[in-house]
Amino acid sequence: MAGKKFSRTWLTPVVAVLVAFAIGALLIYIQGADPLKAYQSLFSHAFGSWSGIAKTLGKATPLVLSGLAVTIGLRAGLFNIGVQGQLVTGAFAAAWAGYFIHGLPIYIHLPLALIFGITFGAGVGLIAGALKAYRGIHEVITTIMLNSIILALVDYLAGHVFQEPGQILARTPHILPSATIPKIFSLPSGFFFAILLAYGVWWVFQRTTSGFRLETVGRNKSAAWYAGISVKRAVLIAMAVGGGIAGLGGGIESLGVIGRFEPTFNTGLGFDGITIALLGRANPLGVIPGAILIGGMRGAAASMQFDAGVAPEIVDLILALVLFCVTAPFLAKWLKSTEVGAKITSGWGN
Amino acid sequence: MSALLEITNVTKTFPGVVANESISVSVSAGEIVALLGENGAGKSTLVKSVFGMVRPDSGEIRIKGELIAPGDTGGAIARGVGMVHQHFQLVPVMTVTENIILGDEPKRGIFINIKAARAEVIALSEKYGLEVDPDALVEDLPVGTQQRIEILKALRKDVDLLILDEPTAVLTPQETDELLQVMKNLAASGVGVLFITHKLREVMAVADRVVVLRNGRVAGSTSPKETDEEGLAQLMVGRNVVLQVEKGEAKPAAPTLEIKALSVNDDRKHLAVDALDLEVRAGEIVGVAGVEGNGQRELVEAICGMRPRLSGEVLVAGAPTPDMHPHGVHAMGVSHIPEDREKHGLVSSYSIEDNLVLNQFDRAPFAQGWIRNVATLEENATRLVEEFDIRTPSIKTTAGALSGGNKQKVVVARELSQDTRVVVAAQPTRGVDVGSIEFIHNQLIAARDGGAAVLLVSAELDEILSLADRVAVMFGGKIVSILDAKEAERGLVGRLMAGLSA
Ligand SMILES: Nc1ncnc2c1ncn2[C@@H]1O[C@H](COP(=O)(O)OP(=O)(O)OP(=O)(O)O)[C@@H](O)[C@H]1O
Ligand SMILES: [Mg+2]
Repeated sequence: MAGKKFSRTWLTPVVAVLVAFAIGALLIYIQGADPLKAYQSLFSHAFGSWSGIAKTLGKATPLVLSGLAVTIGLRAGLFNIGVQGQLVTGAFAAAWAGYFIHGLPIYIHLPLALIFGITFGAGVGLIAGALKAYRGIHEVITTIMLNSIILALVDYLAGHVFQEPGQILARTPHILPSATIPKIFSLPSGFFFAILLAYGVWWVFQRTTSGFRLETVGRNKSAAWYAGISVKRAVLIAMAVGGGIAGLGGGIESLGVIGRFEPTFNTGLGFDGITIALLGRANPLGVIPGAILIGGMRGAAASMQFDAGVAPEIVDLILALVLFCVTAPFLAKWLKSTEVGAKITSGWGN
Repeated sequence: MSALLEITNVTKTFPGVVANESISVSVSAGEIVALLGENGAGKSTLVKSVFGMVRPDSGEIRIKGELIAPGDTGGAIARGVGMVHQHFQLVPVMTVTENIILGDEPKRGIFINIKAARAEVIALSEKYGLEVDPDALVEDLPVGTQQRIEILKALRKDVDLLILDEPTAVLTPQETDELLQVMKNLAASGVGVLFITHKLREVMAVADRVVVLRNGRVAGSTSPKETDEEGLAQLMVGRNVVLQVEKGEAKPAAPTLEIKALSVNDDRKHLAVDALDLEVRAGEIVGVAGVEGNGQRELVEAICGMRPRLSGEVLVAGAPTPDMHPHGVHAMGVSHIPEDREKHGLVSSYSIEDNLVLNQFDRAPFAQGWIRNVATLEENATRLVEEFDIRTPSIKTTAGALSGGNKQKVVVARELSQDTRVVVAAQPTRGVDVGSIEFIHNQLIAARDGGAAVLLVSAELDEILSLADRVAVMFGGKIVSILDAKEAERGLVGRLMAGLSA
């Protein structure tokens, strides 16, 4: 990609983030707090120290994966809103495998538990994919409904069937050491894996026939069919792979961060994935900066409250504004980059 | 006479190309001005500037003396300008009626009076002799019908200036004649017309003045009185163009494409192809002549596996081809230049490079197993862009940024560059300039001489008569007659196409 095109492509997300922060500053000011101080605290906690960075990258790990899951969908012309459900399913399945299966060495147990997460996440994605491919039901509808179903289901499972003995909280028993993701320099090693995966997905779209297939379906279904690409298969693959990656994200959370499955954790990760994918302009490598930024903000929100007296919800608000700005057609038009509009809306068309 | 439209020194550059370089054109009331030029010469860009769809870098545009701000999309409409776009501006999920009234709907209270709108559309379609079904969904319609809708939409309002960007490329000869008559009538009543076409015959028939663009500049202007078709072609291309096809004798061998008792429905589930038999031998071009709507489109789609066959079969070199599996048919050595290049032929947001391998991206040498072979992709694109004279700043340019005729050349280049046994060419020169038509015709003949069986379907009777070794006349879903090129005389073919017996 030439330099000129690069700046064009990334102008929209950068401006979207800046505009969101500016509006956020205004709101903080109206609250009677000092926006500069708030942002300073936010960023110094997120990126200003080794431990801050470690925390940020830890938070960013599942976000990279959920952003990738959404990205793969967008590339194939699908708007996968169900990443949250896929991720939670994966988190639950991996945690279950992590505490229930005994007597395995770590090099078998850990991958096995992650595979559980991937498989179950992929399964959930596949349900929506199959409904789209064989019944023509729009994935936005099915994935939203699946989100609700899954959240209720895991709540029940963790609160009753697989609840930690003697607990009143809805949560599973703690996973075994043999299923725990080790840390490297106090960083959960999941992060490096997530980066590798993002690169892998990018490479698949860039250089392989499979990537070309998905992408062609996303851009012109009639031409894809004419060219011998099965639209149904592409939809199934995009949803299953997206779901699997989301499930892996959930698994890494359970096995590397939380240590068990607890329904009150993992909230919002899938939805942040949508913002991240759009910020990243549906580019698999583009999710990395977005995930780090949002991971940092999420991780440092509480400290910001402590330092500057600003409610941590302001972070939610800023992220909502980012999402709004990055999708708002007027902004895209203003920046004269019609490309992003086309890419996003293709997810809604037929 | 004061000028209705005055374009003065308009310049527009796109990354890597100067599409318009200081162009000045004017149109007066009651005058028909034809804008001619090769594919990519900058015609569409220029007229889009008038409509605000392209923002010129410099220069000015005045309508009735009033300056139109660059990028002002409402200004021209408000001043009584109607435009028919080369790339249709229709809403696919809406009906024909809804599309035609869009922007100025007949109302009853706050609601759209759809009954009145429908009646208006029917009246309009009768008045101008352009047939449309008011209730059909646009996305289901072939390009010819979509073009008619675009034209009706522009004619519906009483305009003072009408801009038509290749309105006749996809019309039948009869419809074209009617439209030319409509243009003359409008001009007689004082409307100014700016008309873009690649068909020199049309220019000779209606234009008062001709402006020729070449490489983004005005190359000259003339009038039909001062020149002839050859002269126009020369002015456009800057060299001598052979308008007559030169080809040697066909040396047909064994039948390669055999169609046996094929029956196919159209979109409305009416029988469109009726137990049709046809053979195309290796080394010959069979042209299918027929009035549009006699099943040609359905025939082509069924052969290429894009439309379900009710009964019958299609054999390639003796082996049956799969039904409803375009790629399967293609893999058996059938190249297909599809009629609707925007829908089937191209992915507009893909680079030219990717579009040139769209239906063979997963085969050697373009892929080795799972991995796409970037080097051969580039090599292939560079070679074809050169060979087929595709006018583009680079092989990485997206197909959507190409001019209409250059998009067509991308599809043609892809299909004719493959080693194939059968070539099914549907409207292969649609929207292509005279120089490139010559080239594409030569390529089709080269494919024939290379031993391919070529089936040519075209709305241009002249194209068929000059290329085909045998002419199959199609009427009512059947081949009513097959003539040798020598016997296929224009009048006779015309009568057969109309369903009369010889
Ligand atoms: N949106 C765009 N982005 C980049 N380049 C463009 C764009 N639109 C047109 N061009 C380029 O500008 C030049 C002029 O294109 P234009 O569509 O005006 O040609 P045209 O004369 O209408 O040709 P045709 O007869 O094939 O329709 C071409 O080189 C084309 O590739
Ligand atoms: Mg044009």
